[in-house]
This record gives sequence, C-alpha cells and structure tokens, in this order.
Amino acid sequence: MMPDLGKYAVEVMGSYGVSLLALALLCVVYIRRSSLVKRALITAEARKDA
Amino acid sequence: MNSTSTSKRLWDAFWQLANPKVFMGWSGRWLPWLVGLTILFLGSGLIWGFFFTPDDTRQGSTVKIIYLHVPAALMAINGYLLMFVGSLVWLIRRQHVSVLAAKAAAPVGMTMTLIALATGAIWGQPMWGTYWVWDPRLTSFLILFLFYAGYIALWAAIEDDDTAADLTSVLALVGSVFALLSRYAVLFWSQGLHQGTTVNLADGAKQENISNVFFQPLFLSMAGFGLLFVTLLLIGTRTELRRRRLKVLQARERMQ
Repeated sequence: MMPDLGKYAVEVMGSYGVSLLALALLCVVYIRRSSLVKRALITAEARKDA
Repeated sequence: MNSTSTSKRLWDAFWQLANPKVFMGWSGRWLPWLVGLTILFLGSGLIWGFFFTPDDTRQGSTVKIIYLHVPAALMAINGYLLMFVGSLVWLIRRQHVSVLAAKAAAPVGMTMTLIALATGAIWGQPMWGTYWVWDPRLTSFLILFLFYAGYIALWAAIEDDDTAADLTSVLALVGSVFALLSRYAVLFWSQGLHQGTTVNLADGAKQENISNVFFQPLFLSMAGFGLLFVTLLLIGTRTELRRRRLKVLQARERMQ
C-alpha cells in the first residue's frame, strides 16, 4: 500500500507531515475558538434576557 | 429573465451578505456542505496524489510534494487578495462583515504561506541543492508571510476594533502588492531558480506544463485547499461577528 519513495522518503514524508500538522492545528484552533465564543455569547444573551 | 437582471440580482444578494444576520443565516446553511466537500476533495486529491501517482523521471518521488506546495501557494496569494477586497470594502463602505472576513482570512492565509515556504524549502534541497535562495518568487513569498504576520499582530495590538480595522485595512492594501508580486515575479524577473507557473487555467484549458497523470489529483487538491480556505473563512467570520456582539453585550453589562 505504501508507495516506494526511494531516496527522497524523508523529504516527501517530511513535507506531508509538516503540512498536515499545520492544517490540523489551524482547524482545531478555528473550531475551538468558534465554540468558545459561541458558548460565551449564549451565556451573555441569557443574562441579558433574564 | 435576461442576463442583466440575473447578474443584478446576484450582485444585490452578494451585498445583502454585508448584513450580519443575513450572513449568519446564509453561512450556517452552507457550512455543513462545505465541510463535506472539503473532506471529499482534499482527501481524494492528497490520497490519489500520494499513493496512486508515479514518480517523475527527473524529480523522483519528490513530485508528490506538488499536491501540497502548489495548492498552498495558490491559496496564500488568493487569501491575501481576498483580504485586499475585504479591506477595500471596509474603507469605502464601512461594512463590518467585510473587514471581519479579512481578519478571519489572515491566519489561514499565513498558514498556507508557511506550508508553501516549508514544502518549497524541503523540495528545493534535493532539486536545487539548497533549502533557500533569494530568488524573486521565494523572496516575495517570504515578504508576503511577514505581511500576514504584521496584519495579525496589528489587529491584536489595537484595542478599539474600528481603529484596528482602519489601520489593518491600509496594511492589507499595501501588502497586496507583494501578493501580486509573488504570483507574477517570475515573469518579469528572469533570474532565479523557481520555475514558471505549473498550472494555468486562465484560458479555460490547462497549458501542457504538467502531465495529466499529475494534473488530475493536483486539480482535486487545489479545489480541496480552496474549499478548506472558504470553510475556515466562514467559521472565522462567524466567530468574529459573535465576538463583536459579545463585546457589545459585555459593555452594556458594565454600564448597568
């Protein structure tokens, strides 16, 4: 299944590793911040309406 | 219905998105579809490119880096151009959604620039014999990265949101020169190691700079990166709109 990357295995795997890690971190940060702000806003709206 | 009235309706619908309520409703409906399409395109493009494409005769297996490097570079430039449009709309029409979209685009664009620079350096070592050279395209990409970082830092440094929006918008307009430069640097600076454009879709058909066996997964990967960008842009803009509303509520609470 795993392709034979020959003498460039480190370069190819390194590129994929760095890029996918950066994209995953970016997604986690955006989703986490979104849910934190959403929750805080719901709480603030509830306080206002109370 | 003629094409003029259709385009007018589309234009009007576009400007309606400047209304935060309309934007939240519209983006909320589209986000699940965008997430699904992003996973589909990005996943299939990268899996196809990594596992099921042959090595290049000259570059060996390093050609597989193209499925990350080219889409990331494409979105790094287009992300900044989107920031340019958002900032321009803010400066002219004072619409918050546009400048908050620009703010939300910056970290995504900066990450894309970082990926393009990192994969380019890793690819450059075996192909050019060096990780870095002060080539016109590489240098303009590094400056683009610094503009992204400066833009994000400026937003963080200024407390008043409208003042921050004004100053960052001016910075975005200045930086857009480098976004264009990183796209076209190879055309008017003949020296440098970086090759010309790999994929050109401007005329509706790709030029023969790349074989189909590499182009098809590359196209999927580019679409996947573009969809990821739009998805994160919508998530980020929604967050910024909510944060703005939260700040208003907190200010009202403090006054009571």
